[in-house]
Amino acid sequence: MCATCGCDANASSSIKHIGEHDHGHDHSQHHDHPHSHGKTIIEVEKDVLHENNLLAQRNRGYFDAKNILALNLVSSPGSGKTSLLERTLTDMKGEFPFYVIEGDQQTTRDADRIHATGTKVAQINTGKGCHLDAHMILHAVQGMKPVENAILFIENVGNLVCPAMFDLGEKERVVIISVTEGDDKPIKYPDMFHTSTLCIINKIDLLPYVPFSLDKVKSYARQVNPALEFIEVSCTSGEGLSGWYQWLKEKVPVTETV
Amino acid sequence: MHELSIVMSILDIAEKELAKSNAAHIEEIELEIGELSGIDMQAFDFAWQQAVKSTKLETADKIVTHIPGEGLCMDCETVFPMHELYKPCPVCGHHFITLLKGKELRVKSLVIN
Repeated sequence: MCATCGCDANASSSIKHIGEHDHGHDHSQHHDHPHSHGKTIIEVEKDVLHENNLLAQRNRGYFDAKNILALNLVSSPGSGKTSLLERTLTDMKGEFPFYVIEGDQQTTRDADRIHATGTKVAQINTGKGCHLDAHMILHAVQGMKPVENAILFIENVGNLVCPAMFDLGEKERVVIISVTEGDDKPIKYPDMFHTSTLCIINKIDLLPYVPFSLDKVKSYARQVNPALEFIEVSCTSGEGLSGWYQWLKEKVPVTETV
Repeated sequence: MHELSIVMSILDIAEKELAKSNAAHIEEIELEIGELSGIDMQAFDFAWQQAVKSTKLETADKIVTHIPGEGLCMDCETVFPMHELYKPCPVCGHHFITLLKGKELRVKSLVIN
């Protein structure tokens, strides 16, 4: 059994610290059950996501204690999460210590892209899994040993449905949508927009070529979450990225830390 | 298909509760699943059939209580049935709504012997 969290075999997912050794996990747990007779009702009254939520709060406490801004980036596949991170890590290099956890079903392709920017990165491969959970983050962070006053980006598996249910211990959830998607996505996949605090609208350099309305997407998103903030960017042209960088700086109370 | 992870978490909770007791079998498990919890019941039932094989829940009766969504309008304080997250308050048409019910995803009870 894992001494830290008591986890049993999580055989379908694996964590790779890019540029370091692999972190493998293979434990097993067995229970013996004594037999007796007679019916008993146990009032369990337990949230199904209780274990995940406990680990998420544990992660959150760790991040708070070290003043680490942990952000959970969620979106459909292909909306530009990794490109946004590449630009951000390159443009803001030296301003904060940055760390990235990449979540994908297979391959270290995204982590390799992040590694190329000189940022410490861990790749979580979920295997068949469609989302990251707090337990995976716990182990990824253990391997990274982030310093204080850092920014940790957690790039979730590209999926607008499942990751909405799983708290990772992040400070804020950032949902990314690109203008090549439908502007009605916020009401087609409301859970993700309901649980996010910031919506980044990416690829705005393509607006002249696609039938995407900024007004419509914002209005739909506000139906689900009236408090949602928006930042419009293009990772290709760089337009709007300063607004995103400003948002990040305002979220980390301490600056000049490197 | 996060429903499979949800079923695995339920299985984990049930087996831990059973291990704490002196019983050997789970006869019945009662769940509460809210309308806005993000669970697709068809996917959930499919995942259940596969996941409980050769476990303590394989022969247990599964009783699911569905909890309808309910919202509270923060503008006019109307309480109303909420079936979608994006629908406005039916009285004043505003979107500042707090969810009162519908997000539940709980193991309520087990019957063991």
